[in-house]
Amino acid sequence: MNWDVIIESIPGLLRGAWLTLELVVFSGMLGLAIAVPMAVARTSRSVWVQAFPWAYIYFFRGTPLLVQIFLVYYGFGQFAAVRDSFLWPVLSQAYWCAIIAFTLNTSAYTAEILRGAIQVVPSGEVEAARALGMSTVVTWRRIILPRAFRIALPAYSNEVILMLKGSALASTITLLDLTGMARTIIARTYMPVEIFLAAGALYVVLTFLILSGFRLVERRLNRHRVG
Amino acid sequence: MNLEGFGAQLAAGAWVTVQLGVAAMAVALVLGLFGSLAKESAVPPLRWLGYAYTTVVRGLPELLVILLVYFGSARLLTDLVGLFGVDHYVELSAFAAGTAALAFNYGAYMTEVFRGALHTIPHGHVEAGMALGLPRGRIFRRIVLPQLWRVALPATGNIFLALLKDTALVSVIGVEDLMRKTSLAVGYTKQPFTFYFTAALIYLVLTGLSTAGIYLLERRTTHGMRTLAE
Repeated sequence: MNWDVIIESIPGLLRGAWLTLELVVFSGMLGLAIAVPMAVARTSRSVWVQAFPWAYIYFFRGTPLLVQIFLVYYGFGQFAAVRDSFLWPVLSQAYWCAIIAFTLNTSAYTAEILRGAIQVVPSGEVEAARALGMSTVVTWRRIILPRAFRIALPAYSNEVILMLKGSALASTITLLDLTGMARTIIARTYMPVEIFLAAGALYVVLTFLILSGFRLVERRLNRHRVG
Repeated sequence: MNLEGFGAQLAAGAWVTVQLGVAAMAVALVLGLFGSLAKESAVPPLRWLGYAYTTVVRGLPELLVILLVYFGSARLLTDLVGLFGVDHYVELSAFAAGTAALAFNYGAYMTEVFRGALHTIPHGHVEAGMALGLPRGRIFRRIVLPQLWRVALPATGNIFLALLKDTALVSVIGVEDLMRKTSLAVGYTKQPFTFYFTAALIYLVLTGLSTAGIYLLERRTTHGMRTLAE
């Protein structure tokens, strides 16, 4: 074990860890925003409303994340219409492609988690809302969704951890996230085992940080409960 | 869709992907079985080892584990032959390293699945085996294992699907799987969308077939089981 190499690599790896965290938080929030309407649509009784979210979720959960990233980063450039459009300044940058791919991917998984949670919201609570004269929209906003978020939280924290690990794939499209930074430093020092282990330790720290964040949110959401 | 003659290449790559998935899963099942027995063992060091394995591996990105096993195994093997006085760089073939890395990674997940399943087997079954004078090995093989398998199957199916998709990652270390063949085709034809989308569809077919296979297996293992009335 060469400790000097590890110590020298720490500033670079920390910068990489920051980018990793940024990717996870940014695409996580965007993904959540897309997942909510999709989960609601998935619980609809109408086949037509259900069809699009079903196909979307099936595609993104059934194909490797690496394929999805390459589709966004390399794929769209195939079409001249895209290259000439106003979208190109965004789609030609690895950073935005990673954000887009991660957002689409996590929104599919999150939508399924939320759908499961919406379906187990006790029907008595929904009936109570109806009995009080709440409209459908108000029932969703004040009763069903807040309840579903609380039910989904533990499963969602798992999804965010999976996303943290998936974010390592950003390194395959030239981004210097934690894994990308580690690979760059290795190309210079040729000490793969040391640097990858150091990066691994930082991933464990990031996991711990995210899980602590979720514990805080969970405590706040359940503050009405006694004991 | 015009694949410009790369159809056969993609098919060959898909076949390597299937082989990778099956080989890595087989090794992961064995690792998971030993891992769960270690975690439930009465011997503390074995328990610690099992605990460290599942905690560390499940906390690291799959890509990092694959790169680590690929480079780490080369260094370990080189050092190992160095002990015998041979000064020569040794490394596993890309396929072997990819299989080892995926199996090492998913063995940790299988450990947790089997550990959960072990808890569902009533202790009375093991005691009954002992009362009949069966040796411990046979109790495990004839009584525990068949029941374990049935309980663990649904979760194992999910893990297989995740593993199958993660085989795409070993293209990074040069395994000639579907992903790498696709990238080669893209480099030649300059049609990234066509080829990556085709690859995505092939992965969808593979996961769809696996889902059907898992369903059949589940039906077979639960054959004759009482289910809750619906």
